[in-house]
Amino acid sequence: MKKTVRLFMLFALLALVVGACGTPATEAPAPAEPTQPAAPAATEEPAMTEEPAMTEEPATMEPFRVAVVMPSAINDLAFSQSMYDALLRVQADMGGESNFEIVYSENMFVVDDAAAAIRDYASQGYDLVIAHGSQYGSSLQEIAPDFPETSFAWGTTVDTFGEPNIFAYEAAADQGGYVNGVVAASLTQSDVIGVVGPIETGDAKLYVDGFKAGVAATNPDVQVNVNYIGSFSDVALASEAANTHVSAGADILTGTAQMVVGAIGVAEENNVLWFGTQSNQTSLAPSIVVASQVYHWEVVLNEIIDSIHNGTLGGTSFTIDLENGGEVIEYNPDYTIPAEVQTLADDTVQGIIDGSITIEMAE
Amino acid sequence: MISDLFSVTVLVGILASGIRLATPYLYAAIGETFGQRSGVLNLGVEGQMLLGAFAAFYVALTTGNLGLAVLVSMLVGAILGLAMAFVTVNLHAQQGISGIGFYLFGLGMSDLLFQKMLGTVETVKGFPKIHIPFLSDIPGLGEIFFSQNLMVYVAYLLVPIAWFVLNKTTLGLKIRSVGENPEAADSLGVSVAGIRYFTIVLGGTLSGVAGASLSIALLNVFQQNMTSGLGFIAVALVYFGGWRPWGVLGGALLFSMVNSLQLWIQVLGIPIPSDIAVMMPYVLTILVLVASVSRVRGPSALTKPFERED
Amino acid sequence: MRAKLSSLFDGLLPVIATLAALAVGAVMLLFLRANPLEAYAALWDGAFGSTNAFAETLVKATPLLLVALGICISFRGDVINIGGEGQMIVGAILATWVGLTFTSLPGWLVIVLAMLAGFLGGGIWGGIPGFLKAYFNVNEILSTVMMNAIAVQLMNFMLRGPMIDPSQAELASKIPQTARLLENFRLPRWAPTRLHLGALIAVVLAILVYILLWRTVLGYRIRAVGQNPNASRYAGINVKRYVVLALLLSGAFAGLAGAVQVYGVNYRMITDGSASGFTGSAGFNGIVAALFGQLHPIWSIPASILFGALLVGANKMQRVVQVPSALVIALNGLVVVFVVSSEIWRRRRQRRRLAAAREDDTPPEPDSDTPVKTEVHV
Repeated sequence: MKKTVRLFMLFALLALVVGACGTPATEAPAPAEPTQPAAPAATEEPAMTEEPAMTEEPATMEPFRVAVVMPSAINDLAFSQSMYDALLRVQADMGGESNFEIVYSENMFVVDDAAAAIRDYASQGYDLVIAHGSQYGSSLQEIAPDFPETSFAWGTTVDTFGEPNIFAYEAAADQGGYVNGVVAASLTQSDVIGVVGPIETGDAKLYVDGFKAGVAATNPDVQVNVNYIGSFSDVALASEAANTHVSAGADILTGTAQMVVGAIGVAEENNVLWFGTQSNQTSLAPSIVVASQVYHWEVVLNEIIDSIHNGTLGGTSFTIDLENGGEVIEYNPDYTIPAEVQTLADDTVQGIIDGSITIEMAE
Repeated sequence: MISDLFSVTVLVGILASGIRLATPYLYAAIGETFGQRSGVLNLGVEGQMLLGAFAAFYVALTTGNLGLAVLVSMLVGAILGLAMAFVTVNLHAQQGISGIGFYLFGLGMSDLLFQKMLGTVETVKGFPKIHIPFLSDIPGLGEIFFSQNLMVYVAYLLVPIAWFVLNKTTLGLKIRSVGENPEAADSLGVSVAGIRYFTIVLGGTLSGVAGASLSIALLNVFQQNMTSGLGFIAVALVYFGGWRPWGVLGGALLFSMVNSLQLWIQVLGIPIPSDIAVMMPYVLTILVLVASVSRVRGPSALTKPFERED
Repeated sequence: MRAKLSSLFDGLLPVIATLAALAVGAVMLLFLRANPLEAYAALWDGAFGSTNAFAETLVKATPLLLVALGICISFRGDVINIGGEGQMIVGAILATWVGLTFTSLPGWLVIVLAMLAGFLGGGIWGGIPGFLKAYFNVNEILSTVMMNAIAVQLMNFMLRGPMIDPSQAELASKIPQTARLLENFRLPRWAPTRLHLGALIAVVLAILVYILLWRTVLGYRIRAVGQNPNASRYAGINVKRYVVLALLLSGAFAGLAGAVQVYGVNYRMITDGSASGFTGSAGFNGIVAALFGQLHPIWSIPASILFGALLVGANKMQRVVQVPSALVIALNGLVVVFVVSSEIWRRRRQRRRLAAAREDDTPPEPDSDTPVKTEVHV
């Protein structure tokens, strides 16, 4: 019996450590805008939102309830975080938690568990259930018909399966990738650029292909070396991939997905410029990040919510791109780009928007 | 294109990269070697690494004191080692499985602490590269061997130290005897429990440092599950190395060099599908072991709990 | 009589240990500003609260049980198989391939072939480390860890390349998934839940594995080699062959788990690039479930259900109380450590029972315990 008690005490001690560290953190101010790190656990005070905009009182007193299922962590500074941040922005715009309720399930990389979560949320009467992961499609296809009153949103994809209550959304990652590529090709002096990617699929592939196209269109002599490291989480390998690129002569790097923080660290160490995507990565290396293609999913979210309020629960697919402001190239204010490059960048953005520039993706 | 692979730049790059990549494997695997030599298998290395990595990162971020950060990571690893030792030595738990439990605990705990105490991914100013004067200017060799950071150098220093302790000291003799024949060792007055506690805690400490080497020396960042299987590979490398520190070094270097090689293969655009390239270090490790027809037997008492027959 | 009650208590030890772990978890929950009562109510609710919830628990438990059966075999052959993840993946790849290729055959035939393919795929993936161990002295921990990683890359390669869904191949994004299996190739479900035939298959197999291990020569030899390889060799058993067989069979069951997942749950093979994205860590969790069940195939059934309930319930808990999923993982780890630690009491009590029985001169009950390596059973 003594032994059990000792074991228990050991783990209770460890738990206490969690608690002791946990308490002050929830009071601390948010370290980086606009993420609210302590937000998820404590859902009582609405103090976590930024100053609510002056909104007229919504017609209904019922809050709009959203549930989101994500494949990685809400603070991964990439895919999942981009959606969670967008939801927080929408919540702030709508006047806070009393009008817009968010619940989430993160790290749902097992499709099975995600399916259970989606079904559960739907059966609890959430207005909108977002399946933020392309691998959730099959599950959604089965669940949606069982809950005709619930609206589902699935990304990143364009397929709504023809169901009346599924919205689809996607990011034209190649667009921002193209712009990044154009700027990168204009800034490089060694004419070698390195790309660090996870697995050659989905959003990552779109971005990288767009980037390559942008470089090729600007200066065909620039060599783009691409490295898919085979994992979304191996930070060490991503960092070594970046080192390899630097040794191969790259003076500019880009990459996508959450493990890319390792590559950014290497970039900073070697004074190599960085272009980011999905989230604003300036905070990680303010001296060398040039620009990030930031996903503003709220553009799509607002359209979906409006649609739901008007009675349509699905059937349309949305894309965030440069035109509708869903994708924004956010430049690092601490890094000055030569004026003519900035003009080129802006022109490129405009060109993509008005269609005068077509992104030619090699295969 | 394949010929590009044999240019000096690339070869130097592969070697330098491989040496760096091997660092966390070295710390963790050397630590595990001590444990296994005394008869204990610890599959929870990865959990210890992650918690050590977070502890070091947090201390470095808040205090800027890298030395303190490493010390804290050692402490964290040691505490986890203590828990593992208790469960293994006193409670005779099935070692492979208890290890997996500690791994899950460390994985979840490090992420939980990260979310509660930091909340967002950020970078830290970690150990800088140390360029040894004169030596680091040698073309090629200079970059590979003499321009790495402190934690890398220490990791390699551990190898001869570990070899010496295991083979030339009384302590090492006791450790090995406990691993080979705990009953005999016990009858000779060696405290089996004491030795095992020591090696397991040492292993935990070194795993913590391995984690720190990632978060405040090599990558300068912390992210959930950033080790991504590294700890398990480190355990496997102990078997590969025949339970000898120099063998473990060989395994860590082989694995990391091939990893480094496959990165270069992709960067140089050699047309091997990325998935196949990523496979290479794992396949090669198995092939090398098969080819070497190892006749080294492991410690006879490995994974068997010891109970004093009264 | 008292011995039987005592045995029963031993069987309940894992449950008690789990509760102890959850108690520690309650402390953690409190510090995370979550209400432990609410949290654990949600956990129970998620696992057993409704027919649908219970069905989900059984769905989660199915691959655990199948992997656990394989683990029962391998551990009793004194081989550690931590390659379940990779074996599941390879079994699933082969099984999916069957379903995508033989589209003109009748449904039931394809299902049978696919299950056999899964068995075969996992068997190969387990047999290789077995072969390497027996004939090249390559330690199975090393080889299975490596094989796991190789399997993941193989899966990525196949799902992005030769086996990719044709509709995905057109798109620029190329999600790594296969085409959906035809309607009649899917394992029947007990609508409206997701409970599928695979669960029944697993239970039947549990009984078969019990028969295999204790009523066949093959099973006897595997256990003999596991308990005392030297004595077995003297008795004329080809030790090497049975080492290979132990790992091969163990892998085969994991491979079957993979096939069942594809044919019963998702109807296609899909991945996010990691091992656990497809397997849900069933390769590891199955080991724990086997331990919960004292490495006995029949006891593995309730053990898998219990563990599956824990996993499913914990996810629900995360949703209701909105704690980070990391807590669930840490809790998972605690449960494993506590249960594994509780073994010592079971063994002590067992030894006391054996000693008492010997004094009474009554034959001890046939106990199916973990190999203790103290006596030679020939």
